[in-house]
Amino acid sequence: MEIIISNASDKPIYEQIYTQIKNRIISGELNEGDALPSIRALAKDLRISVITTKRAYDELEHDGFIYTVSAKGCYVAQKNTEIMREGQLRQIEQHMREIMSLAPACRLSDEDIIEMLRIMQQEGNER
Amino acid sequence: MNAIEINSLCKSYKDFELKDITFSLPQGSIIGLVGENGAGKSTTIKLIMDAIERDSGTVTVLGTDNKSPQFKSVKEDIGVVLDEAYYPEVLTAKNVGAVMKNTYKNWNAEQYDALIKLFNLPTDKQFKDFSRGMTMKLAIAVALSHAPKLLILDEATSGLDPMIRDEILDIFNDFTRDETHSILLSSHIVSDLEKICDYIAFIHKGRLLFCEEKDVLLNEYAILKLTKAEFEAVPQRAVKGVKKSDYGVEVLVQKSAGSKAFKAEHTTLEEIILFLAKGDDAK
Repeated sequence: MEIIISNASDKPIYEQIYTQIKNRIISGELNEGDALPSIRALAKDLRISVITTKRAYDELEHDGFIYTVSAKGCYVAQKNTEIMREGQLRQIEQHMREIMSLAPACRLSDEDIIEMLRIMQQEGNER
Repeated sequence: MNAIEINSLCKSYKDFELKDITFSLPQGSIIGLVGENGAGKSTTIKLIMDAIERDSGTVTVLGTDNKSPQFKSVKEDIGVVLDEAYYPEVLTAKNVGAVMKNTYKNWNAEQYDALIKLFNLPTDKQFKDFSRGMTMKLAIAVALSHAPKLLILDEATSGLDPMIRDEILDIFNDFTRDETHSILLSSHIVSDLEKICDYIAFIHKGRLLFCEEKDVLLNEYAILKLTKAEFEAVPQRAVKGVKKSDYGVEVLVQKSAGSKAFKAEHTTLEEIILFLAKGDDAK
């Protein structure tokens, strides 16, 4: 497994590890039950802080991508489609909130917005 | 468990005072002591080893109070390298190994020989003919060869060339692969500390300005390069240090204090420390 840490990046190091491992799990490069390197080994190999590596693993575990067996290590969790769906729903809600905040400035009514969505869907179907 | 725990440690001399130092080093991690010459780094290290008497406060090393009688046996588990390492002039590296074999219970002669080889140290040269770099390497080899759980290094990498410094940092990094191993090292080569430390403690004029996770520091602080007008608009509570010139203003800001909107440049530990030290002096 390759993990590239960039010191020049805006993103904190723990986020870089989190994103790269997450992407490998979603893409199927890492499968359910695969063992991840231990926190300490990964930190020492990448020459980064153990605390930072632990934070990345904690986030991955919190978000359901990996699980820890105490005294053994960390493993890739069963791909939880429910969790991923939840994440995407949250994204949709966020975009909708943006629409709601922009709409009044353009004097769009709720009906106008729904109409726009319908038209776009139709266009999409015709293509 | 904490490998080192220091609480309100004080020590005063005629012309210098180390005041209210409190920090701890969790087992398995590396802490870097930073500070200008005479800031109190070496005094702190000597107090940890109980080589000098403290005035007040407590120091616990590997779970043992360093004033307790048991501390003598705890010292077996500590590898110390002070910035001035001295061995009797006529001894060679080989002789030093023989002496240490009778000094430490857990002396590992094989590891010592391997390190001497790795560091390219001559085995038959007398200590009085050693260069500064060779002296430090010999002291580090000794410190690592008696199976320590805690390494304490005072300016161990200064005076060494970048290549060998990098090798030594790698050895320190490997040393903490074992989660019961911890390191405290002081240095004014901040880039070395930035490479391997988990925590950074910054001592300035005998006081601890901060002890913080390294990555938190690097994410929390940023440097802005602004015009004077732009500088006026920065919220004062976010400003941690300022450098003004005729052409503009450089500002160290704390991101969480509300200046996320600014386009900040990535900063280094060295810059953070320089800004904070100057800001503290200006007070």
